[in-house]
Amino acid sequence: MQAWRIEVLVRESEPDPAGSSAAKALERQGLAPTSVRSRRGFLLGSTLTDAQVRTFARSVLTDPVLETFVVHAPGASSPMPLPGVHRISVLLRKGVTDPVAQSVQKALADLSLPVVEAATYRAYDVKGVDARELATAARRALANAVVNEVLADVLPESFAYSDNQADLAPHPIPLAHLDRTGLEQLSKDGGLALDGAEMLAVQEHYQQLGRAPRRMELETIAQTWSEHCKHKTLTGRIRFDGQIIDNLLKSTIAHVTHTLARDFCVSVFVDNAGIVKFDDEDSVCIKVETHNRPSAIEPFGGAGTGVGGVIRDVLGTGLGARPIASTDVFCLAPPDMPKEQLPAGCLHPRTVLQGVVAGVRDYGNPMGIPTVNGSLHFDADFVGNPLVYVGNVGILKTARAQKKVHAGDYVVALGGRTGRDGIHGATFSSLGLHTKSESVSSGAVQIGDPIAERKVMDAVLALAERDLFSSITDCGAGGFSSAIGEMSEGLGAEIELQGAPLKYEGLAPWEIWISEAQERMVLSVPPRHLDAVKAVCAEECCEVTVLGRFTDTGQLVVKFHGQVHADLDLHFLHKGLPVRERLATYVPNKLTEPNLPAETDCSKALLTVLSDYAVCSKEWIVRQYDHEVQAASASKPLCGPREDGPADAAVLAPKLGSRRGIVLGNGLNPRYSKIDPAAMAECALDEAMRNIVATGGDPDYTAVLDNYCWGNTNNEQRLGELVRASFALRDLALRYRTPFVSGKDSLHNEFKASDRTIVIPGCILVTAMSVIADVARTVNSALCERNSLLVLVGVTKNELGGSTYYKTKGVLGTTVPRVDADLGIAVLNGVYRAIQAGCVLSAHDCSEGGLAVAATEMALGGRLGIRIDLSAVPLGTGLSAASRTEDVLFSESQSRILLEVNKDRLKDLQANLRSAPHAVIGEVNGGDTVTFVRGGKDVCTVTLAAAERAWKRPLDLDGTLIQEVAR
Amino acid sequence: MKAPRVLVLRAPGINCERETHFAFQRAGGAPEFVHVTQLLAKPDSLFDYRVLAVPGGFAYGDDIASGRVLAQELKARLGDRVLQFLDRGGLVLGICNGFQVLVRLGLLPCTRGKLEEEVTLTHNLSNHYECRWVTLQTQKSRCVFLPAGLTVRWPAAHGEGRLVPKDDGLARVLLDEGFAALRYVDASGAPAQHYPANPNGSPNAIAGLTDRTGRVLGMMPHPDRSFLPTHMPNWRETMRQQGTMPEDGDGMVVFREMVKVARADG
Repeated sequence: MQAWRIEVLVRESEPDPAGSSAAKALERQGLAPTSVRSRRGFLLGSTLTDAQVRTFARSVLTDPVLETFVVHAPGASSPMPLPGVHRISVLLRKGVTDPVAQSVQKALADLSLPVVEAATYRAYDVKGVDARELATAARRALANAVVNEVLADVLPESFAYSDNQADLAPHPIPLAHLDRTGLEQLSKDGGLALDGAEMLAVQEHYQQLGRAPRRMELETIAQTWSEHCKHKTLTGRIRFDGQIIDNLLKSTIAHVTHTLARDFCVSVFVDNAGIVKFDDEDSVCIKVETHNRPSAIEPFGGAGTGVGGVIRDVLGTGLGARPIASTDVFCLAPPDMPKEQLPAGCLHPRTVLQGVVAGVRDYGNPMGIPTVNGSLHFDADFVGNPLVYVGNVGILKTARAQKKVHAGDYVVALGGRTGRDGIHGATFSSLGLHTKSESVSSGAVQIGDPIAERKVMDAVLALAERDLFSSITDCGAGGFSSAIGEMSEGLGAEIELQGAPLKYEGLAPWEIWISEAQERMVLSVPPRHLDAVKAVCAEECCEVTVLGRFTDTGQLVVKFHGQVHADLDLHFLHKGLPVRERLATYVPNKLTEPNLPAETDCSKALLTVLSDYAVCSKEWIVRQYDHEVQAASASKPLCGPREDGPADAAVLAPKLGSRRGIVLGNGLNPRYSKIDPAAMAECALDEAMRNIVATGGDPDYTAVLDNYCWGNTNNEQRLGELVRASFALRDLALRYRTPFVSGKDSLHNEFKASDRTIVIPGCILVTAMSVIADVARTVNSALCERNSLLVLVGVTKNELGGSTYYKTKGVLGTTVPRVDADLGIAVLNGVYRAIQAGCVLSAHDCSEGGLAVAATEMALGGRLGIRIDLSAVPLGTGLSAASRTEDVLFSESQSRILLEVNKDRLKDLQANLRSAPHAVIGEVNGGDTVTFVRGGKDVCTVTLAAAERAWKRPLDLDGTLIQEVAR
Repeated sequence: MKAPRVLVLRAPGINCERETHFAFQRAGGAPEFVHVTQLLAKPDSLFDYRVLAVPGGFAYGDDIASGRVLAQELKARLGDRVLQFLDRGGLVLGICNGFQVLVRLGLLPCTRGKLEEEVTLTHNLSNHYECRWVTLQTQKSRCVFLPAGLTVRWPAAHGEGRLVPKDDGLARVLLDEGFAALRYVDASGAPAQHYPANPNGSPNAIAGLTDRTGRVLGMMPHPDRSFLPTHMPNWRETMRQQGTMPEDGDGMVVFREMVKVARADG
């Protein structure tokens, strides 16, 4: 359809930051444009008059101070830009959400103009480059093929969508004649991700019914039975080296929680998020999710909708929780990976990093939820499967922590409209990625609209305040099918799907039913409240639709204009999944301890470790996230007088005016998994607890979450590694008395490159949340005072296997850190008591890079020089006075926390540390170096300035952090 | 004396309404949330309030340009009522996105008493959103409630905060005639022209504006995120030096003084 085309551009005399950013992106592709100027483009329906278009462009689309606009009439032949100037236009593909276009339509309405079709795009005028090279580079640097269409020297003149006719037939799919192979083929062809045994169960069920399943029924079963929704590997039966494990999750994660039976656990494993008591009135809930597959092929949209999804999880917890904080953890290949090492079908890790950070930023910030904690991990094996963990914390009245649907309640959908975006996300995420995933799976990617979600959130919280619904859940994987399927379990539901509001016409009923279009919630509303619900939603500008009623028939019936598309037995849907049985075995990796030559220059080695991606400053990311909104922040992610020191954990006081708070931390080290997954699992929990405790959190009032990301668990060894890790995690959590309140797993993280399969190291992210009485009794990691003392709590052992130091030497090693639970408990409790007693000035845990990095980061944060005597460090297994200096500096032994204490409070501190091994190892001399001595000799010295440069340079992607150094 | 009623505006995408509400309450005001749909259904209800506060956020997603769609809506549906509101003794506060809305609406700096756009708040020179604490100095300005000469630290958190006047003449007027109410300053206290002390590249380091009447104040940095003592990044140091937690954070002055003037005028 022809359209008016309006382009808005910054006046030539003014800086054009969007143009400059595009120029930089093109330069990274090897082009050298002499000039790039950006344009914002708008297409408007051709029924507007010329005068209307110009009025609208002038008063709404254009900034009168800085911008001008040009208008092209529908169908008019428009001349291309001047010779030597090439025009790149970046449009959204049809079906991709365009939130700006919706605002354009709202503005038309506000001006009493006809509300016509609208679309938006970006354009760039580029000088000084070859047209063909530009077109190729622009497709990579300025667009993503999954969601964007790029026009090179062709102008956008009409709307991209086409008028599809919807296929409204129910389409029964005969199964009776198929054997197992045929069934498996049908599952594969349809993207159902069901295995032979599961397909046979479906076949048998429909044989009993004496009919063929309709397409919608088959799709619903596939969604509900997906690994993503049912965790069927970890809840199935595993034969592990002769031992039979029925339900691994129940035997490990849930076992811990049920054994400990901590009284602060309000609701665990039953709701969208785990709920923990906060005070006498309120509880806090927490959930962490992964969004790996979508982020691999479209990092921006994948990470953004990941954030959106986990926010909805929290919003849909209990009878509605208010989201108060977000977390994010990324595992990526190194951003400087040479292009020739990049397997076909993978995005470059730098592109992924920039995309996922922008995705979290551009969803979390507009939602008004602070992103307060996270971490970043790098390994080449993440190249095909980058991991994107996103977490969210909410607060709700404890009295509203339970929910119950009643037969007769209305099924009510709130929020965004349904489109063809995200079809087969749940089943897609249960399959491996391969070189062609980028093209075949594009439908599984969604682009988020945070303001649509904000409206849903505002509406849900307003409805919750007035107690207008009986239950709620979010539309995540599987869309309506999963949400309504879950809510109607044990009851029944009758749905009239034609009422669902659509983004555009042309969707088949089954597509509407399973679409994972974002920003939607499903509520059960008692009939007496329906009018009030509609009124509140109207006031909150949130679309609301009655989809049907909950019943007590045990059947999930979905109709479209009266025609039945699904009539599913809910018992079969939820309980009919055959128990999956998998074989597992564990054979330790054959590794050898490297025989490294003795370090000749420990100072240089320290600078190298500081520059490792695992260790270096993450300020470039942190500053792009709003970590202050909601005014709950009581400890910043960056600390010290110049606000650039790395904080171990976030501290929030979520009830304004009260100092009661929560502390949030996390632990993960993927490299340890390459040596021993059990060590990886223990260390993740220990690190999360160290972060919490080093900040002032209470180890006895801390709940934890587990998020597994693993390779293909159909492989026996891989599953064996997972089993081993799970038991190690169980054992330590039982000792630390930390209940798991929620968790999630993402399996099959393998990438089939043309010549090999790339498997991620098995990862368990442990997220920890502690509730504390007073946020004023917390500390951060930046040194505070000249002449204070440094006390190292814990024992340093010969544990360099998997360490960052070894990584800088290109080796892995075998001596991976393990956790001694007795020692860990003594350290965590001792440091907690000391901080509560007020005798700790600052504290930092030792993790990647060991003692050397922890001490240097404290010094950098406080801008105070230090002198540490390594001879005073309490040593354990494998280390002695005769050991190499670098081993003491860089060992990554667990359960170690470095404290700063005023000399006058040392006795106090020691009394509080009780049995935790500790020693005074140095002092804050306030000079301009970090110095380590051993046996009276200077063995490692770096200036604060050199350390800062080394530490800030690697992820200074805008080149602004180093400027600060130069200042 | 009665606590002055404060209208805390809500709209799709506004997201700092709760802290703004709490800060006014803490200052002795009587804040109420009013959704833009409620306000526009009864536009004259604006006159029931002494203070209009437009909180920060991403109103309507900042689609087209920051604050544009909400400003457009208010302009079309409230019209000159905002000017009448000032005539009747009302006060207006716009923080961050709220400031952007007031600028697009033409209520700031409003040097000629007409709702026309005289300045813009556009993309940071970094071309991306950034969250960092900045140091500001309150200027000798027309503003009837913001005391001059204070040095305060508030967090800035925005992607479009570069304040560009329509011409050099207006740029001079803003500085010389008391419209520039807040400026970014460096460690020496001088107006900061360089990143990061000036986080967005605003010419003349302008962070906040008042209008001709001095009854409107808008700023990019957030007093609504710095009014409690524990908001301040250095509260631990302050506590060590003073032995106790101070009563307020640096942003509280805005809400206290505004409520004080609103009460006196009421």
